[in-house]
Amino acid sequence: MSVPLDAAAPAATADRRPVLELRGVSTHYGLVSVLRDVDMEIFPGEMVCLLGGNASGKTTTLRTILGYVQPSEGQVLLDGEVISGLPTVEIVRRGVSMVPENRRLFGSMTVRENLLLGAYLRTDRAAVEADLERVLETFPRVRERLGQKAGTLSGGEQQMVAMGRALMADPKVLLMDEPSMGLAPVLVEQVFEIIRSIRALGRTIFIVEQNANMALSIADRGYVIQTGQVVLADTAENLLRNPLMREAYLGEL
Amino acid sequence: MLGAVGGFAHGPHAEEGEPRSAAVTTTRVLAVRLRWYERVPWRRVVLVVLGVAIVAVVVVGTMKTLGLPEAQRYTGQNWINFVARGISQGAILAMIAIGYSLVYGILKMINFAHGEVFMAGAFSSLFFADAYARSGFLDRHPVAATLICVAVAVAASVLTAILLERLAYRPLRSAPRLVPLIAAVGASLFLQNAFRGFFGPQPRGYPRPQVLGGQLSILGVPFQRMQVLVFVVAALSIVALTFLVTRTKTGRSMRAVAEDREIASLMGIDVDRTIVVTFAIGGVFAGIAGVLYAMTFEQVQFTMGFRPGIAAFTAAVLGGIGSISGAALGGLLIGLLLNVGPALFLTGFGIPSPFSLRDAFVFLVLVLVLVFRPGGLLGTGEPEKV
Repeated sequence: MSVPLDAAAPAATADRRPVLELRGVSTHYGLVSVLRDVDMEIFPGEMVCLLGGNASGKTTTLRTILGYVQPSEGQVLLDGEVISGLPTVEIVRRGVSMVPENRRLFGSMTVRENLLLGAYLRTDRAAVEADLERVLETFPRVRERLGQKAGTLSGGEQQMVAMGRALMADPKVLLMDEPSMGLAPVLVEQVFEIIRSIRALGRTIFIVEQNANMALSIADRGYVIQTGQVVLADTAENLLRNPLMREAYLGEL
Repeated sequence: MLGAVGGFAHGPHAEEGEPRSAAVTTTRVLAVRLRWYERVPWRRVVLVVLGVAIVAVVVVGTMKTLGLPEAQRYTGQNWINFVARGISQGAILAMIAIGYSLVYGILKMINFAHGEVFMAGAFSSLFFADAYARSGFLDRHPVAATLICVAVAVAASVLTAILLERLAYRPLRSAPRLVPLIAAVGASLFLQNAFRGFFGPQPRGYPRPQVLGGQLSILGVPFQRMQVLVFVVAALSIVALTFLVTRTKTGRSMRAVAEDREIASLMGIDVDRTIVVTFAIGGVFAGIAGVLYAMTFEQVQFTMGFRPGIAAFTAAVLGGIGSISGAALGGLLIGLLLNVGPALFLTGFGIPSPFSLRDAFVFLVLVLVLVFRPGGLLGTGEPEKV
């Protein structure tokens, strides 16, 4: 299967520099190779999704971007600068933040404290306050819960706080790890509604999802990864129409 | 319990077999009645009996003590002294307990060398206190001299705590939980013997400024000045710590690391630095407590960290380990128990030297808390294995 990688980037953004770029990245856990020669580009304002089955390397891709795992070959670039090899804290400081799988809020801390922790590295107080206000405008229900312990919130509300916490870092690119994982269908709908409202803010989003249909319905482009290799890269529309995709990931025979 | 397991073992047979034998099996299951001694929840019975026995001893002992004839009875002033001593000692224990509690909260590990962090601070400040006493500086400028001693003790304790973390615990952070615990015991023995080797095994006199020697009358009741100072210092520093943990960014990062280390680093929090800060805060409290303790008892020794360390650890567990208010409450309760308990509960039984049993009290409380309420008085979390 030959992959037209260059054709993947939409024409309108083709001449712009990607915010986040993976250049020939390979990752190993010990001797086991997890990612093999992965190339990806995410352009400003885009929403790109990464699809793939279990153990295909989706989560490892995110962990590599964040520096939890070091690539054995290749580079990760943010705004044209190499970030692979830097410690996680430094990568976060430079503008990558993530909504982790299962939300992982600080349950014993208040919603406000959770949101402020998202802005931990920022020193511009006024701008942080303004961003807090913007997050609360995006998620009005969170405002009513500000003083409450995050652990007492419903699943949907927690997802909003998790997204808000990541937004509070004012990141250049926002990573999302399986936001619909383990949620009831009604909640999945709700989560994608939340993601849509974050898109509306003009954020650059890189999302890992198992729910390919949902993800492709709101993303601009998608990569499909299989046993650590990118096997498909195309616009979301084309991927939804691609017969291979329909068979393998969209649950149709 | 055994009976229930037996019942389950028969269950599948009853469902799989043909109807007739199923009926037979079912009858047999019903026939396996538990004997009376199998039905009694022995563990609970033992615990209840134990609890009732302790309450009975305490109540009877208290009544007997208070009912002693006039000549053998403690006076009102005696009791006030016991309580005052208990509160001031409890305040010191609370400050040490905070070190156990903070470190446990963030690493889920008991720093068994924390008693030696306390000892290292007190012992190091001795050399300054000693010199100041001989030169007369201690009594000419008692405030300045004491503050310098506290600063030296804090510096020594913080240094010890940070070195412990860096050399003994950080390399073992991904090891099984028992390993750093053993390292802590080893570090404790190492520190004790290092101080013994360098400064000798005998107790050394620790000078106290004369202004702290006398008594102070509050509402007509005389208290030891030293005890009042201890209480005030402990209360102020615990209030300051509570503010730090609940209201500042540093406190927020400490709580975040305690709750979820990986996500804390995702927020941009430097986890290693936060852990070092936590050990350092424990060291600050141990250092201040060290000087207060040394000035109260007017001596230091290389073993001085052991008993207060155990008592403070018990206080932390009693209050609910991981909680600052728990450490404060636990410290006060243990302090009172140590100083009032033996007199109040045991004198009535005619025990010749009740205060020799005070350490037995501490361990009894430790065992009872672990048995009846492992989460501690203020703790809500599930019991954690140590």
